Amino acid sequence: MALLDLSDVTVSIGALMPLDRIAFSIEAGEIVGVVGESGSGKSLTAMAVMGLLPLIGGRITSGAVRFADVELNRLPERDYRALRGRRIALISQNPMTSLDPIRRVGQQIDQVSMIHLGLGAQQARLRSVDMMRQLRIPEADVVHGNYPHHLSGGMKQRIVIAMALAADPELIVADEPTTALDVTIQAQIIQIMVEMVRRKNVALMLITHDMGVVAQACDRVVVLYAGRVAETGSVERIFAAPRHPYTKSLIGCIPVEGLAPGGLKGIDGVVPGVANYPTGCRFHPRCSLAQDRCKIEAPLLRTFDEGAAACHLAGDPP
Amino acid sequence: MSAPLVSMRGLGRTFVNRKGLFGARRSMRAVDDVTLDIPAGKVTGVVGESGCGKSTLARLALRLIEASSGSVTFDGTDIGSLEPAAMRQIRRRMQMVFQDPYSSLDPRYSIADCLLEPFAIQGLMPPARQRAAQVDDLLDMVGLARSVASSFPHQLSGGQKQRVGIARALALKPQFLVLDEPTASLDVSIQAQIIALLERFRDDFGLAYLFISHDLGLVRYFCDQVVVMYLGRIVEVMDRPDARPRHPYSRALLNSTFAPDPAKRRVVTPMAGEIPSPFALPPGCAFAARCPQASALCKAERPTLAESTAGGRIACHHPQD
Repeated sequence: MALLDLSDVTVSIGALMPLDRIAFSIEAGEIVGVVGESGSGKSLTAMAVMGLLPLIGGRITSGAVRFADVELNRLPERDYRALRGRRIALISQNPMTSLDPIRRVGQQIDQVSMIHLGLGAQQARLRSVDMMRQLRIPEADVVHGNYPHHLSGGMKQRIVIAMALAADPELIVADEPTTALDVTIQAQIIQIMVEMVRRKNVALMLITHDMGVVAQACDRVVVLYAGRVAETGSVERIFAAPRHPYTKSLIGCIPVEGLAPGGLKGIDGVVPGVANYPTGCRFHPRCSLAQDRCKIEAPLLRTFDEGAAACHLAGDPP
Repeated sequence: MSAPLVSMRGLGRTFVNRKGLFGARRSMRAVDDVTLDIPAGKVTGVVGESGCGKSTLARLALRLIEASSGSVTFDGTDIGSLEPAAMRQIRRRMQMVFQDPYSSLDPRYSIADCLLEPFAIQGLMPPARQRAAQVDDLLDMVGLARSVASSFPHQLSGGQKQRVGIARALALKPQFLVLDEPTASLDVSIQAQIIALLERFRDDFGLAYLFISHDLGLVRYFCDQVVVMYLGRIVEVMDRPDARPRHPYSRALLNSTFAPDPAKRRVVTPMAGEIPSPFALPPGCAFAARCPQASALCKAERPTLAESTAGGRIACHHPQD
């Protein structure tokens, strides 16, 4: 059984329906990339898993989110609190806003294991410093006493990762953890994060818009577009033979070694807003392969031998 | 080779501040001794991490801030010595696109006002009946709908705003455009659109770009000449974008870009050590503390930027082959 399983999760905010039948799963210890442009529904998917939708007036109107033996969409907030930070941890995009500016970073890590694992202050500190060392934070015992403003962006993001790992969670949801960082720091953070989740056998839901990051880090990929799943599959399959034109376009946005001038295409247009989703396949106005059928009939997410795709042109499943 | 459009000679800028309210004054050289030629109609890329001085260099190139030392020559004119009126004249020919389209557009100006502002500043405002056509032309050029003219910046997406930023920079038909991380805050899909647009303008109008970025992969795709900066100084110039970098720092930057291909996963060797404080640079090579090839020589003596056997220039005691 999968560790996390989203089956046809539909999310509504008022009269709007920003997520439509999102379905994918994550196995224990697996790294799954959730990709798409801004406005695809990546962060909302993360919020649905973390039970944070009420914060923005949203709710799951149908479908189910199962985590191990727990049905998260039916979980009372009280029980959710015991789960968050303990069994499911969140790493958010901006390390500058996810740390308390007036408390020492070490204490912020300590607090996680004190609250969730019931450790005393001394034990918690030892545990935090050890975690910081594993994340290759130099002079971890000194940094433990620093305030967030003493640290660089990359170092702060390592602190946030240490906090996420502090209570030995089974699943980490990382929402664009490196988007705010320089490429050199991004490369190191991705490397360190992947090493740590592999070593500790933690499952990782890695949200990003960068197919380069996905190729580097993930086992499987979920491509979202305008609130629907466009395609899922193993990372090898997704890059070698994408079934959905959107997946292919996203891959084409990364300049590769030796790409001829003019070769970088991008994707014309923008992701439609939730109030203006087009009929049929929501990608059809930007799709170079779109046919009449695509404008009228929404393609279902069909399962193939390996992975799934929602495109009329993806061929027939075997 | 024809004369470069822009020439920087020994260009430097020092910032002074105090550590705390009563602390001692201390200074840092944000840009130090930069000598660089920017050819007309070509793209010169500058890469480096946050704090390497690349944005300061961008501002120096247009004299948006004053240089502490050295000179910038634009089409034969030393812009550092120009009086304000003459400076304004020459600014028509050199423009800037800023990193953050969210803060570089006035929230109270309609897009039409934004696009007409350069004309107003330069005293070139078209007669009222031609203004709408002028705005339409600019919007067409950057691929925005004409209806956008009456919108305000908050109604546009990041990519649309950056198109407005580019249209505004192109309004006066400049020859030289400085782009300070124009795509850093955008999705990769929108980044690719913007780059394609810039490629077209370079070809159609013969524009020269100074393109600032932290992404060496993108710079190698887009640029004709690649400049790598570290802590205020040029460490390597590659005069062909596909040239293999020889400086260990350039190599590290290249090793940090991920190919969209799971078969090409990299083991990222983390750079040891920390970036030295720009207020207290070590005597030798500034990169020595993080460099796997560093020797005693590197820690004692700063390497000078010299011709590289692979073309271009390099400042390294132990260049890689």
